[in-house]
Amino acid sequence: MGDGTMKGGKLGDNKWMVIHYLVLLLMCFFLLAPIFVMFQTSFKVETQIFSVPPVWIFFPTIQNYTDVLVMDRFSRYLTNSLIVGVVSTIFTLTFGGMAAYALVRFKFMGRGVISITTLLLRMLPPAVLAVPVFVIWSDWNLIDKRTGLILVYVAMNLPFTIWILYGFIAQIPKELEEAAVIDGCNPYQVFFRVVLPLIRPGLAAAAIFTFRIAWNEFILSLVLTNRFTRTLPVATSLFLTDHGIQWGKIMAMGTLIALPPLIFTFIAARQIITGLTAGAVKG
Amino acid sequence: MVWVKAGCSGPAGFFTLYLGFMKLASRINRLSPYIFLAPAVMIMGGASLYPVLFSIRLSLYDWSLGTDWATREFIGLENYLRIFTDPSVFTSLGVTLTFAAAVLVAELVLGIILALLVEQGVRGLSVFRTIFILPMMIAPVVVGLIWRYLYDTRFGLINYYLQKIGVEPQLWLASPDLALPAIIIADIWQWTPFIFIIILAGLQSLPSSAIEAARVDGCSTFQIIWNIKIPLLLPVITVALLLRLIDAFRVLEVIFIMTFGGPGLSTEVLSLHIYKTAFLSQRLGMASAISNFLLVVILILSVVLLIVANPAKTERSAE
Repeated sequence: MGDGTMKGGKLGDNKWMVIHYLVLLLMCFFLLAPIFVMFQTSFKVETQIFSVPPVWIFFPTIQNYTDVLVMDRFSRYLTNSLIVGVVSTIFTLTFGGMAAYALVRFKFMGRGVISITTLLLRMLPPAVLAVPVFVIWSDWNLIDKRTGLILVYVAMNLPFTIWILYGFIAQIPKELEEAAVIDGCNPYQVFFRVVLPLIRPGLAAAAIFTFRIAWNEFILSLVLTNRFTRTLPVATSLFLTDHGIQWGKIMAMGTLIALPPLIFTFIAARQIITGLTAGAVKG
Repeated sequence: MVWVKAGCSGPAGFFTLYLGFMKLASRINRLSPYIFLAPAVMIMGGASLYPVLFSIRLSLYDWSLGTDWATREFIGLENYLRIFTDPSVFTSLGVTLTFAAAVLVAELVLGIILALLVEQGVRGLSVFRTIFILPMMIAPVVVGLIWRYLYDTRFGLINYYLQKIGVEPQLWLASPDLALPAIIIADIWQWTPFIFIIILAGLQSLPSSAIEAARVDGCSTFQIIWNIKIPLLLPVITVALLLRLIDAFRVLEVIFIMTFGGPGLSTEVLSLHIYKTAFLSQRLGMASAISNFLLVVILILSVVLLIVANPAKTERSAE
């Protein structure tokens, strides 16, 4: 990166630079405009939302947000989403890290097996999982509980987490662990005190992914929870009715759901890109 | 197989079993790899492998949601036979395949063209990359909301600005012909950056010597792209396509919010059809049969894609 001047050839360097920035700016516009419209609509009053031609300059109101946040159920759904997101992330990282460590250090399966399992489980559409899990959870008394939802999310995210962490753990020099063993650590102490702190960047990438999937997921949450345990995306979808959609409030809810992942993006874009492209390009 | 036994006694069984292992293992170090693997294997076994196997069993029964498990009726492969006689399943399959093919081709072509245009100068790209991944991070439900609002026939911005440039206002999501294209556009918006970023990373890792040599030999920019860059990128393109193919079959939320499969069945992808069969028509056995059918379709398409695009090369790029 950064050696743009080396590539483009002698002639037409300027032309390429213009095209380059023009394309990038156009893409930014098309990608950001819909998000901006949501954000902007959430600060409008009804008459501004329904006005044709659209209003672009107006005095923003926070009425939609206060309305949404005051609804007693909304805070419950927000709590549910946070609990489900955070708890499934913690369990996925701990168990995923342990499994990846076993696979790196004790060689019974190679990376090939993990990547195929990851791919196979990634192929499983959530809708396909929803039907049998609904039946089994009803039988096991896990239905309508946050625990049940967390269990599915952990299972869904484990293969990917193991895959990502495998790469990081494989890079740790064995001597470090051997030194810890000589100092009297048992295998569990070696893992939690030596290995985990060393793979922090990998854990960060996996954490963002797991949290985002649990936070954004819809169909399993719709099927496996009730009106007490449902998460924000489900609550928002049920707020949509065929007639008389309250777009201001809906867009405020949408913005609140979108905010945490967007913030993560700005904090850790590098890790996210590593995760997104893992498997396609050496990252 | 530990998890199979534990699976019968429910989640509490998992935990006791695991604690027992922990105690044992602190004495015998040789067991430790299994202890490290056990929680992950048990959870994946209990909450994804077991449900998939269970779904095969469920597909052999006629059983309604909300009735007692004992009232189920064993009907063998009849649910599968119904798939082939029920026109709605095939309509759904058609919608799913059309959707997948359209987004795959559009996103691939757009992503590659944009990456090639931008590749020449990469200064400041990291800032742009952050912006490009924003749409992918947003919950599909929210993406559905945004586009449903934009496509609104009365006050939607899309109709308003189309009218400004002289295009007739369209019904979009209420039109049987335009609803699917409208959803495809939303998917292209969200996922083209994914292909773009992967291809761009691939382009930057190409050996500059080959491209320099071709340029010295007098190849045009187009010849270099077509004869050198694209063939060298093939493994990267294959994996990107595979990942998008799998995702295209998972799409449900955006459609759930934008049209709920309508008008008619014009946007009812198989995932949505499965949901409706199970939780609206309450036919759980039938829904399981369609689920397994969908899994087979995805598997076949993935294998075909991998065979068509030289698996040996793909393997190398995945390392």
